[in-house]
Amino acid sequence: MDASSATTDNLDPLQVAETWKSGGRDVAIATVMETWGSAPRPTGSQLVIDSAGNFHGSVSGGCVEGAVITEAVDVIETGEPRMLEFGVADETAWRVGLSCGGRIKVFVERLG
Amino acid sequence: MDLVLLKELNAERAARRAAILITDTADGAGQLVREGDEMSGALGEAIGRAFRSGKSGLAEIEGRELFLNVHVPPPRLVVIGAVHISQALAPMAKIAGFDMMVIDPRTAFATEERFAEVALHAEWPEDVLKNQPLDAYTALAALTHDPKIDDYPLAAALRAGCFYVGALGSRRTHAKRVDRLKEGGLSDAELDLIHAPIGLDIAAASPAEIAVATLAQIIEALRKRELAGGLSMRAA
Repeated sequence: MDASSATTDNLDPLQVAETWKSGGRDVAIATVMETWGSAPRPTGSQLVIDSAGNFHGSVSGGCVEGAVITEAVDVIETGEPRMLEFGVADETAWRVGLSCGGRIKVFVERLG
Repeated sequence: MDLVLLKELNAERAARRAAILITDTADGAGQLVREGDEMSGALGEAIGRAFRSGKSGLAEIEGRELFLNVHVPPPRLVVIGAVHISQALAPMAKIAGFDMMVIDPRTAFATEERFAEVALHAEWPEDVLKNQPLDAYTALAALTHDPKIDDYPLAAALRAGCFYVGALGSRRTHAKRVDRLKEGGLSDAELDLIHAPIGLDIAAASPAEIAVATLAQIIEALRKRELAGGLSMRAA
């Protein structure tokens, strides 16, 4: 495989997750599972997070990453996966929202 | 998902093979499906659709909410011949999302000046393809008309199961090409897969129009392609 391939790119979230976990770090993976309206990142986009809050990748244009990272650190501790939902209209459940007007569902799981 | 599964998925992706990671959203349990795996029922149908479209999404299957994350290698376009059509094709292919490479051993054609924005190899196809082999997510368009240059990569593309194989040239030129490739051991069924004359029939006249017709035909082949089961049957 040549080194320029996208999958061997050191910015690829799933490659980063493998490297981190293999190196002994606790890791969570967040995945965009559903989008409505003008969501910034497509379904399947991923963010990897370690227990110290380091992260790679994206699930939005930077709008909700902070909240996802906070949740991910909890998920790493408990091991229980969570489905998070973010949207402009959804003011009660989450303080952060998407400025673009879209809504997204993000699944956060611990890498076992 | 656990680390073993993630390693398997990353190995498939690094090898440019399509795979789907299925996650049960109730508990995070994961399953890896490779293209060509036998899957029946509603899940099998959902998997088939996901491989064809390349789109990830949630599916309700037998009371479970499953997420199908499709990992399809990015499509590549290998063009044999640094010719006028290839020059027109380069910006179009880039806009359409293809990673394009041009191979032509004739150094008068293969110049940086003519091809500033694509990966250009002024070498023989056999030498380039040795290091960067063709695969099922690669389209190959042979545009030189020259058997010395075109024949090897055409045969290699058919053997590698490229999702598209096209060759420029009149029906007469192509008939002679088919005879040569048949002597090289390719079957009629394999040779029928070559799109020739190249491009959708839109009565394209200029090099740029032939480039449009060719790119449209490549996109059609990509989106309507058979699953790997069919491809591997041909390779057998």
